Amino acid sequence: MTKKILILLFILIPIKANALIEVDITRGNLNPLPLAVSPLSIDEESRKDFEKILKKENIGSEISNIVENNLRTSGLFNPLDKKAFLQAPDIANLKPRFEDWNLIKAQALITGKANYVDDKLRVEFRLWDVLAAKEMMALAFTTVPNNWRRVGHIISDKVYERLTGEKGYFDTRIIYVSEEGPKTQRIKKLAIMDQDGANNKFLTLGNELVLTPRFNPASQMVTYLSYFKNMPRVYLLDIETGTQEVVGDFPGMTFAPRFSPDGKKIIMSFAKDGKSDIYTMDLENRIVEKITNHPSIDTSPSYSPDGKYITFNSDRSGYQQIYVMKNDGSDVKRISFGNGLYGTPVWSPRGDLIAFTKLHKGKFYIGVMRTDGSGERLLTENYYQEAPSWSPNGRVLIFYRETKTNSKGEGFSAKLWSIDLTGYNERQIKTPTDASDPSWSSLLSN
Amino acid sequence: MRLNKILKNTLLILTACLVLSACATKKEVATDIQGQMQGDVYTGTDTVEYLADGVPDRVFFATNESILTTASRETLRAQAGWLRKNPNINVVLEGHADERGTREYNLALGERRANAAKDYLMTYGISSDRITVLSYGKERPVDSGSNPLAWSKNRRSVTVKAN
Repeated sequence: MTKKILILLFILIPIKANALIEVDITRGNLNPLPLAVSPLSIDEESRKDFEKILKKENIGSEISNIVENNLRTSGLFNPLDKKAFLQAPDIANLKPRFEDWNLIKAQALITGKANYVDDKLRVEFRLWDVLAAKEMMALAFTTVPNNWRRVGHIISDKVYERLTGEKGYFDTRIIYVSEEGPKTQRIKKLAIMDQDGANNKFLTLGNELVLTPRFNPASQMVTYLSYFKNMPRVYLLDIETGTQEVVGDFPGMTFAPRFSPDGKKIIMSFAKDGKSDIYTMDLENRIVEKITNHPSIDTSPSYSPDGKYITFNSDRSGYQQIYVMKNDGSDVKRISFGNGLYGTPVWSPRGDLIAFTKLHKGKFYIGVMRTDGSGERLLTENYYQEAPSWSPNGRVLIFYRETKTNSKGEGFSAKLWSIDLTGYNERQIKTPTDASDPSWSSLLSN
Repeated sequence: MRLNKILKNTLLILTACLVLSACATKKEVATDIQGQMQGDVYTGTDTVEYLADGVPDRVFFATNESILTTASRETLRAQAGWLRKNPNINVVLEGHADERGTREYNLALGERRANAAKDYLMTYGISSDRITVLSYGKERPVDSGSNPLAWSKNRRSVTVKAN
């Protein structure tokens, strides 16, 4: 009881002290901020134009729905039911009647307008602090009509940033592996979708097994593992052009690829004679460097955001554990010392944490620890889950989860899930097929 | 007194018998469930195929291990004999892991297992030119079950004819 009251106080005090609304995202948010997303107002002529071009009856409402959905799934905001709104969208955008919005307990209000101008979609929006009766932000965008979903994501990012003080993660995409068929013969394809599941597209046909796709920092290229011609090798794919190439000329299996933070190198494992070591390849001059040299399995490498360090997992101690080393392979230090096995370390884009998968007493956990291994925190426990990937602002982790089959070996599924760094707000991300190995892009509009 | 003692002894014998028979049945039940495993290495034949008469195609491993058991070494010696008799046949050793590990580590583990089998074939005179190693990690289980027996069948290195 006292705990609940304390949390309430913490959230309330900063709001009062700063006059303008502020959402604290560093702790689990049990009281999402109530806010009203008024549909973008649209004149009848523009509405008809967009209906013709985009086959959407009211693009203003559609864009607002995207904003509303994004803010709700963040777990930090509670968008109120539109039926309760007292003020019409067009008038609200000019000058909200704050008493009306106060009455339905909205603390923030988003209003806006969509127009069809010179074959373009023009959107303006405003964020209002209802209690202070003040405009917090006003912005306008012009883009091709087909970009309407992205406009919704960009508005969501701007609102999130204004209210939390941190960059958003809505104008982003997820690359993942789509899975179909029986567990013993899964058909796997590379697939890409917007962060909210829209615009799903398959990038490979499923003729060969593909695994572990990861974006480069510009989110234009993907590195992944393909069993093309039954030779497991790391590949590079240009999403726009569709061109693919093998990375390096290794006499055996290369796997577990990731880009360096500047996008110039790929770091990966190469397995030979029962040993797996970590290598990098420079994408410009094709120079290959061996980073670790140990008879154990060294894999799942991930760079720190400044590129100076690498975290990876190794069984050199006898069991799978997490290590950190300098980017030249020197100064190797084990950082995981808890009970169980540790794998798939991924450095947070903020630099302060490493997310991992832990296997302990038959359960799988997704957790985070500081980069020296201290402060281990387990966020979620399940029968099987692994491969966390960070949202670009380092606040959310996406991963995949597999179900236990029944006594006949039936009932297998693999799905994408996300959870906040706080351990709250766990959600399944809907995909058209089963899914695994998600990788989150950086913000596209930066 | 004596009668008492005799009675006591018979009782003891009786209880001993009971305990023994209980043990026997218990053991039998246990072997029924676990009979296809020793430790956690699969020892059954359900999934095994044969490259030739008396030449099983696969060997099995303990959790997280790539050490060859006595039975595995026997299987591999039979494979080596068969390969020596058929010098034109090349093989792919496909290494696999169970589903209870992270994907990337399992890829490495599958490679290490297949490689353990390769090393053993080489010590029995098979040239490395004739052997290709291919790891599938946890991607191609033979048993889709989520239980220790299914996992034990999936921790394997399978020798497949390449030509």
